[in-house]
Amino acid sequence: MTEIVALEALAARVTPGQSLAIPVDGSGVAMAATAALLETGIRDLKLICVPISGMQADLLIGAGRIASIETSAVSLGEAGAAPRFTAGVKNGAFTMRDSTCPAIYAGLLAAQKGVPFMPIAGIIGSDLLNVRPDWQVIDSPVGEARKVVVVPAISPDVALFHTPEADRAGNVRIGRHRELADLAYASKRTLVTVERIVDRNLLDSEDSAAGVLPSLYVDSIAVATGGAWPLALWDEYPADEAEIARYAAMARSEDGFRAYLSAFLTHRKQVA
Amino acid sequence: MSTERERREILIATIADLLDGIRHVAVGASSPIPAAGAMLLRARNELCGKPPVRISILGSQAHNFFTNGGVELFDCAAQGRVDAFFLGGGQIDGHGNINLVGTGDYPTTSVRWPGSFGSAYLYHLIPRVILFREEHSPRVFVPQVDFVSARAITPEIPRRGGPHALLTNMALFDFDREAGGFSLRSVHPPFTPADIRENTGFAYQEPDVVRETPRPDAATLALLRGRIFDELAETYPAFARTMKQAA
Repeated sequence: MTEIVALEALAARVTPGQSLAIPVDGSGVAMAATAALLETGIRDLKLICVPISGMQADLLIGAGRIASIETSAVSLGEAGAAPRFTAGVKNGAFTMRDSTCPAIYAGLLAAQKGVPFMPIAGIIGSDLLNVRPDWQVIDSPVGEARKVVVVPAISPDVALFHTPEADRAGNVRIGRHRELADLAYASKRTLVTVERIVDRNLLDSEDSAAGVLPSLYVDSIAVATGGAWPLALWDEYPADEAEIARYAAMARSEDGFRAYLSAFLTHRKQVA
Repeated sequence: MSTERERREILIATIADLLDGIRHVAVGASSPIPAAGAMLLRARNELCGKPPVRISILGSQAHNFFTNGGVELFDCAAQGRVDAFFLGGGQIDGHGNINLVGTGDYPTTSVRWPGSFGSAYLYHLIPRVILFREEHSPRVFVPQVDFVSARAITPEIPRRGGPHALLTNMALFDFDREAGGFSLRSVHPPFTPADIRENTGFAYQEPDVVRETPRPDAATLALLRGRIFDELAETYPAFARTMKQAA
């Protein structure tokens, strides 16, 4: 059954060395949980960005908590480059697994269907095939004779994301953000933070059920008000552009990053 | 082209022209000028009774109809339902290959950019990919990219997608898929063909007479400075505000 726990307890479900899947900015990024996760002293994470990330990945990288990252990009969007990611790549601080967005979705889909790999269109001719020896180009075994790329299944140990609400049974509203279901289907455990727990059963009406991830796929839920801040959460709140710009400026130096991180963790504790 | 606003308006209007005839255009993240171009095409078609244009702007609620999550754009492209898209590049070479990863020896590249995003896939599948990069310099337009995020031409496999044109702050190029290279179509005022030669690091075809990129007409400007920047404000508030204030 889905457990409803405190934020700190939810963060403690992630253990060192695990692979952790996180969604794209704006989809429902669990920033409060990321602060709590940093407080646990987590290390050696194998981060999987679905299919890209921004400040969340940059914080985990800057704090030295990741061993590898699989992603199609890390960027702060309008605020520019992700400074700790950029510096970390140059220093070889972690193993870089460059990807392309639909290949990450294809890997998750393979895990969702319980098959070892998934074929995917395009990609041929890209140097990504040279730096990803786990991707193969095969002769299509069916249909017209042609080459096709196959990518291995991606089964993250843990998926972590944030949405507006869950009900007491652990059903989570994901709206049209179906990529959150893709994360949950493929992952061994799914941890979700929410703005609020609602009393009604989200599966009761046809209208709400269509946009709900059933509790079957959800292991732990914690309430975190403003849990995506400073990133946006759907129509609940916009991104705090000024805060993200402040991060982008401070994280340019190692010292600036340390100062930002310390203030970020303190702020989260005060909110909680 | 005396001001920043006029420079951007010429780019937006050129993009709308490049998109003429399409049914569905998708616009990726952090792309206010391509998004404005797509909106201009939609509004123009609506006003002159031409076939309606669907647009999907990533990061927008109002100008995005996808309901199946992040994968839908990619599935849609694979089904042949996306006619046009925009890609950029830290480097773009004369063969139309783009590099969104970095320069120097992979993986500890001396310059690292965010990453390949969906380029390696979408370049194969979307017929009219417009390469859009504002900076026009020899460090961007190189003979050979250091890392191929997405390759323009792959004769070994069938594909419908690839580059259609390259638009920069200085000029517009067409891409010839048979020849596998660019040819200069027009130069934005006040630049000259000599400026383009000086700032382009790859070889390209140049016609005997190079046209000037047309400035948007009064009706286009009125539409742009009214409805389009209003529509754009939902996704790109800062950009739309700057453009409206300048007008």
